[in-house]
Formats: sequence, structure tokens, C-alpha cells
Amino acid sequence: MGVADWIDLGQMDELGRMDTPVHRIDARAKASVTLAFIVVVMSFPRYEVSALVPFLFYPVALVSLGRIPCRHIARKILVAAPFALAVGAFNPFFDRQPHGALGVPGGWLSFASILLRFLLTVWAALALVACTGMNRLGAGLGRLGVPRVFVVQLLFLYRYLFVVSDEGGKMLRSVEMRSEKGRPLRLRAYGPLLGTLLLRSMDRAERVYRAMAARGFEGEIRELERPSFHFEDTLFVVGWLTFFIAARVWNLADGLGLLLTRILA
Amino acid sequence: MHMADALISPAVGGTMWAVSGGLIAVCARKVKQTMRDNLVPMMGVLGAFIFAAQMINFSIPGTGSSGHLGGGLLLTVLLGPYAAFLVIASVLTVQAFFFADGGLLALGCNIFNLGFFPAFVAYPLVYRMVAGGRGGAFRNWAAALGAAVAGLLLGALGVVLETLASGISELPFVTFAAMMLPIHLAIGLVEGLATAVVVSFVTRARPEALYAVQEAGMRRGLWPVLAGLAAAAALLGGAGSWFASTHPDGLEWSIAKVTGKEELSGSDAGVRGELAKIQGKTAVLPDYGFKPGEAEAGEPEAEAESWPAVSAGTSLSGIVGGLMTLVLACLAGVVLKGGFAGRTEEGRSGA
Repeated sequence: MGVADWIDLGQMDELGRMDTPVHRIDARAKASVTLAFIVVVMSFPRYEVSALVPFLFYPVALVSLGRIPCRHIARKILVAAPFALAVGAFNPFFDRQPHGALGVPGGWLSFASILLRFLLTVWAALALVACTGMNRLGAGLGRLGVPRVFVVQLLFLYRYLFVVSDEGGKMLRSVEMRSEKGRPLRLRAYGPLLGTLLLRSMDRAERVYRAMAARGFEGEIRELERPSFHFEDTLFVVGWLTFFIAARVWNLADGLGLLLTRILA
Repeated sequence: MHMADALISPAVGGTMWAVSGGLIAVCARKVKQTMRDNLVPMMGVLGAFIFAAQMINFSIPGTGSSGHLGGGLLLTVLLGPYAAFLVIASVLTVQAFFFADGGLLALGCNIFNLGFFPAFVAYPLVYRMVAGGRGGAFRNWAAALGAAVAGLLLGALGVVLETLASGISELPFVTFAAMMLPIHLAIGLVEGLATAVVVSFVTRARPEALYAVQEAGMRRGLWPVLAGLAAAAALLGGAGSWFASTHPDGLEWSIAKVTGKEELSGSDAGVRGELAKIQGKTAVLPDYGFKPGEAEAGEPEAEAESWPAVSAGTSLSGIVGGLMTLVLACLAGVVLKGGFAGRTEEGRSGA
């Protein structure tokens, strides 16, 4: 996690505040559909590649209709890739049994499958957040039954993120100005520095709490969002779930391919 | 350390969601009961602090490299296990949402690996035991190092077991564990150092920040923790055994190929033996079917997981169709972005 991530976080926050048809859909609908999406994608057998491709429609639709810049999401996906890549990359070495009619080694197939799943799941999750924003998402999670204390914790954490990281960034800058460039802190300096940041943050929490208590805070963050589930939201859920089920039961890409090869032949 | 969705099966992910969700519910209740009224903003700020702390690197003594704090143990030392677990869970949730650092399906696994072990195992069983009431500087350092290492090793073991149970990666248990554990031993030492210096600073600068919280923290003995651990192990083992057995042939075949027969039997007995113990009578054999009693949510998919027969026709059409669908998806993206942005996207779901 570097300083550049914070700029990213700010961008995500701004994207989440936009107002598009996708942003207006109830957070509960988007969260549960996205979770269903991930579960369905991960439920395919390990060598499946082609049947996974139609699932690209979901993140693509979210991102395009939500007017989320592709470059932004793509960079995030790349940054997150190493772990899945590293673990998946062993498959070709361990599984060399030819698989399928084309005789591709099973390991390569399952590796390709892992990569595709990685793309799908990460993309969908990022698209969900970018099209919803943390505040709406948190409120939605609360209404889905996540414990209030945890939701409040999420929203508080998110609110303070920018404040505390600003403070940390300032400290870091002042350290950099006083020391050799690019050299990490020595442990003896690190402890007091981080400890000071910690105590300052705790003080700030105390002040914020008093200010909030003075304004009537009773342990819950109130929301002004509409609580009702509209027709569009239902349509969103039902439509996508139908699509997921269809794409899980039938290999849609395969069907299209059969159709095309038959027409061409 | 953060697991990605792409390596988790729905059964493992769902099980760990249930486990972590249950823990969150329990912790939420505990926090509500022992609520000091300023605990809510304090937890939020400390969560944010963890993010900021991860920006700041320090040079690891004796090496050329640098590291940063993970934070699980530090949070527990400051807040006690219950509140700390909630904070860790919220940090991981935000990381998953905003940084794609660990996936949504894998969130349960990540919360368990990175939250449960430091908060409910390493802290009460290692940190408090070693540090004692008000131990000296040396004991505090030893406690932080030991607890951080223990927490991270257990977490890494969790990652290995959950990956193995998901059956998506082909890595054999022994190889994967041999990769993960030494790395996390090193990471644990770094984490311990970072935690120790911060804790020792806070102890000197404002000891009440630790003590007050420790008193508000747990004084309940270890039974609930041990019971939770046992339940989680049973769940993990149960899910693991039933999913690890999905591809015994592939796994055994690859182990045989890589490590040779002699080692195979040893390692195999180790992994399987453990799983089999929990699993009881359920046979772990090639060409087995799922026993009806084992069925759980998502099971129909699992059944399809035995080697799918792919014929020539379907695989060619699969490639053609896959590519075409890809093109269509891209086109849909372009079109949706341009023309139809005003409408809701329901028309697309049937595409």
C-alpha cells in the first residue's frame, strides 16, 4: 500500500458518488447480485474456460452503464493480480495430463480458467463499489442483516480513512524532507513515529466523538437514502439471476460457437 | 496473504463466510455489551490508522529490505480481542472493496485467517501469557514477536488449507505449505518487531491507552475461544475433506510426478489422515461419488466437477463461441457506454 493508493481511493470515492442508472439501483440488489455472480463463477469445474466468458457481460454492463473509466479499474485489477497468478501458475507444472480433444495440458486449461475467474470476480467487486459508493453500500449491508455495530464500524473507518491518512502522509513527508531520499525509516525512529500517529489519531477520535455526542449521536449513523426496494431493483435482481442461471446451466459461448460453425460450414 | 476469489470454491468460501460472519455477530454483541461509549469512533479511527500505518515502511534490521505493519496484533493489544476482530474485519472488507486486495467470496477466509488467529489465538494464548500483567521491556518484545509469528503462521496454514480444500490450485499441500510457512515466519518477525516498537512507545507515552483497554477487554478465560476454535476447525476440516476429495486423482498424480512415490505416501497420509479423522467414515478414494449425506448448498455444481468429458466438437465450438462472446461483451460495453446510458440495464441481462 503506497501513497498512490490514496489517490486511487479518492477516485473510487468520487466514482461512487456519481448518479447514473446503475448508481441509483438499490445497494442491496447490487451487493447480492454481485455475490451471486461470484459464487456462480467459482462454481464451475476447474477446466472450464469458454462457459465463463459470457459472465463478462455483468461487469461490463455495470462499468459501462455506471460510466466508470476502464483504465482505472484495469489498473486496480493488475495491481491485485500477483497472488492469483503466483498460485495459479503452478498448475501447468503439476497437471500435464492432456485434456480435451485439443490435447491442451490440463494445467494450462485450469490456469486459464483461474485467470479468467480472477478477472471476473475482481472486476465485478470493483465495479460494485465504484457504482455504489461506500456510504450506500454500508447502509445496504446493514439492511441486509449485517450487524449494526459492524456497519457503523465500516462507515466510521471509511470516514476517518482520509483524515488519518492525510495525517500520516504529512508525517511521512516531513520525515522524507529531513532524511536521505528513498531510505526507509530505522526501527528506532519508526516506533515513535507510528506511535505518535496512533496517539494523535486516538485523540482525534475522542474529539470527534465529543463533537458528535454534542450533536445527538447515539451509536448509529443515520442515512437519508430511500429505504424502499423499487421495481427497477427487483428487475435488476431477477434479470441478472436469470442470466446467471442460464449461463451456468448452458454453455452459452459454446452454443453460439456451434451455431456459427454450423452456419459457416 | 490475502486470498483471491479465483482460488476459492463456493463451498469453502461459503463455509468461511458463515464462520467469520458468526464471529462478527458474536463480537458485535460483546462490543455492544461492554460498550464504552467512545469505543465506536475509537474503533473506526484505529481501523483508519492501520491503513495509514501500512503506508509507512521501515528498514528491517540486518537486511536490505523494508516492511510495514500488518496491524492485527497491535489492534488486539489496544482494543482487546472482540473489538479488534471487528476492526480487522472492517479493514479487510474495505481492502477487498477498494483495493481488490482479497476477494468478496474469499472475504470470510481472509477475516478468519488474519483476524481470528491474532485476536483469539495469538493474543490470549501467546501475548498475554508471555507479557504477563505488566512485564518488562524484554517480555513485551518477546510477547509481541511470539504472538505475531504464531498468528501469521496459523493464518498462512489457514490459507494453505483453504486453498487445498477448494481444489482449484494444483499445488500439493506439502509444496504450498513449504512455500508459505517460511515466508510467513519472516513476515511474522517483521510484524512482531513493528508491533513491539509501537507498543513500547505507547507504553511509555500513554500507558492508559493500553491498560484501560485491556481491562475492558476480555477477562473470560479461554473456554469460549477454544470452543470457537474447535468448531471452526471442524467446519474447515469438514468442508476441506469433502472438497479436497473432489480431485484425488489429479492431486495424487501430480504429487507422484513431482515428489516421487515414497514421499507421496508419507505426505498423503499426513494430510488425508487429518482430514479423514474429522470426516469419519467417508471414504477418500478415487472414483468415489458424493455421499448423499454430505450434500450442502451449491452441491449440484460440485457433482459436475468430476472430470468433464470434452468432445472435439464442443471444444472447438467452445473456443469459437468463447471468442465471439468476448467480442460481444466488448461491443456491449462500448454500446452501453455510448448509446443507452440513459436507460436501466435490464435489457442487457438477457443478452
